[in-house]
Amino acid sequence: MATTDIHIHHDVHHHDDHGHDEHHHEGNFWTTYVFSQDHKVIAKQFLITGIFWALFGGILSVIFRLQLGFPEANLAWLKPVLGQWITPENKLDPEFYLALVTMHGTIMVFFVLTAGLSGTFSNFLIPLQIGARDMASGFLNMLSYWFFFLSSVVMLTSFFLETGPAAGGWTVYPPLSALPQAIKGSGTGMTMWLVAMALFIVSSLLGGINYITTVINMRTNGMSFTRLPLTIWAFFFTAIIGVLSFPVLFAAALLLIFDRSFGTSFYLSDIFIGGEALPHTGGSPILFQHLFWFLGHPEVYIVLLPALGISSEIIATNSRKPIFGYKAMIGSMLFIAILSFIVWAHHMFVTGMNPFLGSIFMLLTLIIAVPSAVKIFNYVTTLWKGNIRFTPGMLFSIGLVSFFLTGGITGIFLGNSAIDIQLHDTYFVVAHFHLVMGSASFFGMLAGIYHWFPKMFGRMMNDKLGYIHFWLTFVGVYLVFFPMHYIGIAGFPRRYYTWTNFETFSGFADLNMLVSVAAIVTLSAQFIFLFNFFYSMFRGRVASANPWNSTTLEWTTPRNPGHGNWPGEIPSVYRWPYDYSKPGAKDDFIPQTIPYSETPESNLPHENELIKLESSNGHGAIIVEGKH
Amino acid sequence: MASTSTSVQTPGRSVWDGGVSPMGASYGKLMMWFFLLSDAFTFSALLITYGLVRSAHPGYDGPIDDYVFSPAYWPVPEKVFDAIPFFHGLEAPLVFVGIMTFILIMSSVTMVLAVEAGHRMDRAAVEKWMLWTIVGGLTFLGCQAWEWTHFIVGTGTPTIIDGVEVFGANLVQNQYGPPDFADFFFFITGFHGFHVFSGVCLNFLIYYNTVTGVYDRRGHYEMVEKVGLYWHFVDLVWVFVFTFFYLV
Repeated sequence: MATTDIHIHHDVHHHDDHGHDEHHHEGNFWTTYVFSQDHKVIAKQFLITGIFWALFGGILSVIFRLQLGFPEANLAWLKPVLGQWITPENKLDPEFYLALVTMHGTIMVFFVLTAGLSGTFSNFLIPLQIGARDMASGFLNMLSYWFFFLSSVVMLTSFFLETGPAAGGWTVYPPLSALPQAIKGSGTGMTMWLVAMALFIVSSLLGGINYITTVINMRTNGMSFTRLPLTIWAFFFTAIIGVLSFPVLFAAALLLIFDRSFGTSFYLSDIFIGGEALPHTGGSPILFQHLFWFLGHPEVYIVLLPALGISSEIIATNSRKPIFGYKAMIGSMLFIAILSFIVWAHHMFVTGMNPFLGSIFMLLTLIIAVPSAVKIFNYVTTLWKGNIRFTPGMLFSIGLVSFFLTGGITGIFLGNSAIDIQLHDTYFVVAHFHLVMGSASFFGMLAGIYHWFPKMFGRMMNDKLGYIHFWLTFVGVYLVFFPMHYIGIAGFPRRYYTWTNFETFSGFADLNMLVSVAAIVTLSAQFIFLFNFFYSMFRGRVASANPWNSTTLEWTTPRNPGHGNWPGEIPSVYRWPYDYSKPGAKDDFIPQTIPYSETPESNLPHENELIKLESSNGHGAIIVEGKH
Repeated sequence: MASTSTSVQTPGRSVWDGGVSPMGASYGKLMMWFFLLSDAFTFSALLITYGLVRSAHPGYDGPIDDYVFSPAYWPVPEKVFDAIPFFHGLEAPLVFVGIMTFILIMSSVTMVLAVEAGHRMDRAAVEKWMLWTIVGGLTFLGCQAWEWTHFIVGTGTPTIIDGVEVFGANLVQNQYGPPDFADFFFFITGFHGFHVFSGVCLNFLIYYNTVTGVYDRRGHYEMVEKVGLYWHFVDLVWVFVFTFFYLV
């Protein structure tokens, strides 16, 4: 592409964006929508699949909440769907209950909040925000989605087995998960779980390698790392964490497959079933926990960092203020990313670990509070005295900050190796991680959808429905998870089918009922979103090119960017992405594509120095007519 | 792809300011590096697992002349891997695996020569050195097949475990020591062997493309370099596998 031919495409309402772009090829239905190599289409594929899984995982949780909140209820009405999983006494089958919690966890953590979140927004935003035509390798990107799809198919198919899907918990600890004799869910369902996860890891690696390479190699002119929007920084760190931690889960899963199917003893030793000794000897189940949590803990940040990146962007845009502490935000994400690899054993305080080792992991764990607090304070100080616009995306971002704080504080309790002995595997843990990583990341995802919907589909989502959706979900989430802290402190263990056998716990039946009702209401509220999403896709108000008056590059593309994103030359970048409400400026935002030479009224002294560099690199100087 | 700006860097601007590949490497080469990084973590996980399980088993601390195979302690590798083909009964500790290692490292050398020939756009030399690399890889795989067979079949002298005569090793039983020894041997050398096999397939693909002139038409031999990175990585991993299983 000729680099001297500077042609910024100004007319954003210009729909003839095809002929200009040599990268654009008219494809048929299959190459355009199914086996597409275009990052925007792949992002939408991830999004739709993620939404499907979110709904599916949510319904699973409501089914087991019915059991927990209303243990005496007659569930005969579920028979048409669940068939033999409803016992002749019209109760939920206890083994299926275990499968429900297992699959709810697996689906939400991996399929929704990893693939659905990173897959959607990394794919969609990285090329658009760094100024690239597409991902480094469109083909591998397509493979990444299709491996995810295959993994989804395998995981979904396991629901139709006679013995049901995997039921050993989403952490699939051996020996429970390794021995098909143990529970029904450790039979074929577990095999399919492992196969699906192996495919998922391949998908995640293909995606991650692509994201990292694209960010390093494909940034447009002037887009230095310190001019990257925080979303890109977050996706970049997320991808690095994924590339380094998922292979360890891959190793763990392969070893587990061998233990299950080929008689090895990596994780198994000295086990008796029905009075009969199994031949396995010499292995260690704790080993699996180490390998699993070496992925498992970074996974928390794989889920959370993209959501934090998205909310940084949305909060700055809608506060009409520069993000507070841009470099501190990057630094804290880097620090979180590093720490995430050296805290995994805090999930294993009660495995008989040396208490001294436990105290080291405790110390490292508690240090994570520091960068997390930096992020919270920066969000609050960004909001401080801003001209806040409460768009639905903004509300969900603020909701994220709230959940991140509430759930983060209980993390300090749990990170303490002494208190963890009491709280381990109780509902306190469930409440903690559902708030800090589950709901917070989910809100980040929803915020991202509301905010970038205009760029994805060229139309606006309905604000009113968005507000209703937000308030129902926000209040609902707190009603679900806040009481769980009390239930957990009272000693309720997680994953138990019923507590009605224990007199101690009967006093909490009403609280459990409240949680279940709130869960049903929260799930129902998501249908408002679904309606809004699909209705707006076709009938929504037509979006302008830059509906949020945002500074970043994706809003310089046409309303419906074609393959290649920008007709004509890719714009150059001259400034950081957070020039909102800059003193002296005409508007309350200055896009990244506006050179300092055009904004003498608002330049700071050191920015005036940069004007020289703008003209000397042969770009920029030619752009005089400033529409932006 | 996008915006392959060739503009000379002006003073005050860094290669990290966008518009160019800051590391001077194409996206494909970067991707290979990051893939290798992640693969390194897979192997590290496996080798660390091996180390932990091994250290959980007692070692043999008697005099080496009285050494016999027993599931009670982790075997001494010199005693397990002491056979070479066609010399039945000859004790040659670690000689055969030494030859294997030498062959694999030599194939890395020929790979370097192929990459270098690619830089010179010397098609005939690339063909020659790629072929030698493929031969080296296949020889290594053949040696591994022989070693596995020998390991599986056994020495001919059984070890009595729980009153049962055990010949050789499989994933469940092991004449040489605890079952985990054989489990890890099969798993890790197998996983590495699979990498070598994939590498040979890739090498063959490169060789084929070179012969048919694909890279001449493309104008560069970068694919040789990328696959070369993978091949060196596989080689490097073998050094660690070798150290863990045969030396310590």
